[in-house]
Amino acid sequence: MAEITMREAISQALWEEMERDERVFIMGEEVGLWGGTYAVTRGFYDHFGAERVRDTPIAEGVIVGAANGAAMAGLRPVAELMTINFAFLAMDQIVNGSAKLRAMFGGQFTVPIVIRAVGGGGRQLGSTHSQTPDVVFAHFPGMKVIAPATPYDAKGLLKAAIRTEDPVMFIEHATMYQTKGEVPEGDYLEPIGVSKVQREGTDVTIVTYSKGLQLSLQAAEQLAADGIEAQIIDLRSLRPLDLGPAIESLKRTNRAVVVEEGWRSYGVGAEVASRLYEQAFDYFDAPVKRVAQVEVPLPYNRELEQMALPQVGDIVKAVQEVL
Amino acid sequence: MAEADVALKALDEKEMLRLYHEMVLIRRLEEESARLYQQGKIGGFLHLYIGQEAVASGLLSVRRPEDRVITAYRDHGVAIASGIEAKYVVAELLGKATGSAKGRGGSMHLADVDLNFWGGHAIVGAHLPLAAGMAMADKYRGDSGVTICMFGDGATNIGYFHEALNLSMVWDLPVLWVCENNQYGMGTSVERASAVEEIRQKAEGYQMPNSRVNGMNVLEVRSAAEETLGYVRENGTPYFLEVITYRYQGHSIGDPERYRERDEVDQWREDDPIGIFRAHLMDAGNFTADELKQEEELVDREVEEAVEFAESSPDPPPEALFEDIYAEE
Repeated sequence: MAEITMREAISQALWEEMERDERVFIMGEEVGLWGGTYAVTRGFYDHFGAERVRDTPIAEGVIVGAANGAAMAGLRPVAELMTINFAFLAMDQIVNGSAKLRAMFGGQFTVPIVIRAVGGGGRQLGSTHSQTPDVVFAHFPGMKVIAPATPYDAKGLLKAAIRTEDPVMFIEHATMYQTKGEVPEGDYLEPIGVSKVQREGTDVTIVTYSKGLQLSLQAAEQLAADGIEAQIIDLRSLRPLDLGPAIESLKRTNRAVVVEEGWRSYGVGAEVASRLYEQAFDYFDAPVKRVAQVEVPLPYNRELEQMALPQVGDIVKAVQEVL
Repeated sequence: MAEADVALKALDEKEMLRLYHEMVLIRRLEEESARLYQQGKIGGFLHLYIGQEAVASGLLSVRRPEDRVITAYRDHGVAIASGIEAKYVVAELLGKATGSAKGRGGSMHLADVDLNFWGGHAIVGAHLPLAAGMAMADKYRGDSGVTICMFGDGATNIGYFHEALNLSMVWDLPVLWVCENNQYGMGTSVERASAVEEIRQKAEGYQMPNSRVNGMNVLEVRSAAEETLGYVRENGTPYFLEVITYRYQGHSIGDPERYRERDEVDQWREDDPIGIFRAHLMDAGNFTADELKQEEELVDREVEEAVEFAESSPDPPPEALFEDIYAEE
C-alpha cells in the first residue's frame, strides 16, 4: 500500500468518483481554474472540464442551495465550502434544505449532496476563520456528518459519502492535509456511521475524532512510556454516532476520556459522556473527562491560540486524572 | 385588451373552459380550506391564493411536462395548476397519510415530483437557489426542460434572490424567474420594503431580460408565459417576468361570514381575475352563463369529493414518524 497524504487521498476519492459516475460534479469557490484553495482539486479542471468542475461566485447560500437543487434533480454535487466558517452563510440551505427536504415532502426524492468543508484552528487566522463547529451540523436529523482522521478513512468515507442517497457534511481539518497514511489504490468504501478502534489498550478508553485522533495517539505514546495503555476509538462520523466500540472498550477499561477540538459546552464530549452514562453507567470507575477547546473566540496571537486549543499534554493529564 | 383578444381567439374552447374550471377550482378550494381551518381541521399556517389564480393558471397552462415548477409557501393554487388532484391537496392540508407529502409537509409544502412540481417552500427566497440548481442539472444532462420559479415581491429583498439571479446569468441557466408582485410582503407594502417599486428593475442589475404583465388577466399572463418561456427554452438562459397581482380583499381565513355570503360566481368583483375571465368568455360570445354555471357545479362536486376523500383518509401511522428522513441507514 502506498503512503499518501490526506490531500491526495481526498483528491483520489473525488477523481475516482467523477471517473466512475457522470452525475458527480464539483462546485465551489476556486475549485476550478485555481485548483482548490487547499489544492485538493488541482488538475481536475483540465481533465474534467468547466461543466464538471464549476467555479462559483463567492456566495455560499447559492452554492449549497444550487447543489441541493441539482441533487434533487438527480445529480451528485460535491459542493466545496472554502472553510466551514462560511457554512454559516449557507446555514439555512444546510439546516432547512439538505437536512429536511426529503422528509418534508414525504420521501418523494433524495438529496444526495456532499458538502466538503474545511475546519479547525491553529493557523493564526483569527476567530472567524478558525472554528471547529462540527457538532453544530451534527445536531440536525437528516444530515450525515463525517470527519475523518486518516487518509485511509478520508478516501473510503468520501467515496461512500458521494454514493449515499443522503446529504453529507464532510469535514476536513485544515492542519491535516499533509498527514500521511497508507491508502490502497483504487476503489474501496468505508461504512458511514461506524466508529473504529485506532489503537489497542486496556487501561483507559479515549474517544475522539478528526484532529483529536492525532493528538490522542501522541498522548498514548507518552502514556505507554509510563506503562499506561490507552485504547483509542475514532468516531469518524458524528451523525450517525456509533458508540458500540467505545462501550465495549469501556467495559474493559472502566475509564474514559473524550477528546475534541471544538468548545466543551454542548460538544462531542457532552454527547458521548451522556450516552456512555446512559448505556454503561455501571462500568465506570471514574467520571468521564473532557478535553476540548477553551471557551473563547480563538485569538490571532500564536501562543494565545495554542493555549486555547487542546494539546497532547491536556490529554495525558486527563487520562492520569481518571486512572 | 387587444393582445388578450388575440390570445383568446388562439385558444380552443376546450382549453378556455379548462382554464376557467381550474381557476374556479383554485378559488373554491381556498374557500373550502378557509372553512376547514375555521373548524380546526387544518393546523399551522394557511396562505390563500385567492386573487392570484390567473397567475398560476395562465403561467402553467403553457408549460411542458419536462418543465419544473417550484414556488413559495402560497402554493395551493400552483399545486393545482401543476396538475395535483384537489383531493391530494386537501388530504395534505388535513395532515393525512394520503396527502401529497403523506402529511409531513402541510399547507406550505405541497409537491408532486412526478408532475415536476417541486414544492411549496416556506423559507422566503430559499427555493430560488434550488431552482438554479435544478436548471443546472437539466442543462448538464442536456435535457430540454426549463425551470419555472415563482416567488413573491417580498423575496426580492433577500440575499438568496440576488445570489440566484446572478448565478443564473453567470452559468446561463434556463430559469424563468416569476415574481408574483401582490403589493405586500406580509403587511409591508412594496414601497416600504424595496428600493425600487418596479421589481423587474432588479433584473436589470444582472443584465437579465425582463418584462411586466397584468396578473389579473389570465390570457395576458398566458401570452406572456408563452413568450418568455419560449425565450428561456430557445436561449437556455434566464428571463425575469414580473406579474402584477394582488391579494383579494375580504377573503382572509378569519372571515367566514363573508365566505358564506359569497357562494355565487356572479358576486365576484369586476377586477377579480375570475370575474374578468368570466366576462371575457361571455362577451366574446363563446359561452353562456349557463354553460359556465355548469362548469362551476362540476368544480363544486370536485371540491366536495376532495374534502370527503381527505376526511375519510387515515392519519399517518405512528411508525411514519421515522420514515423518509434518511434514504439509507
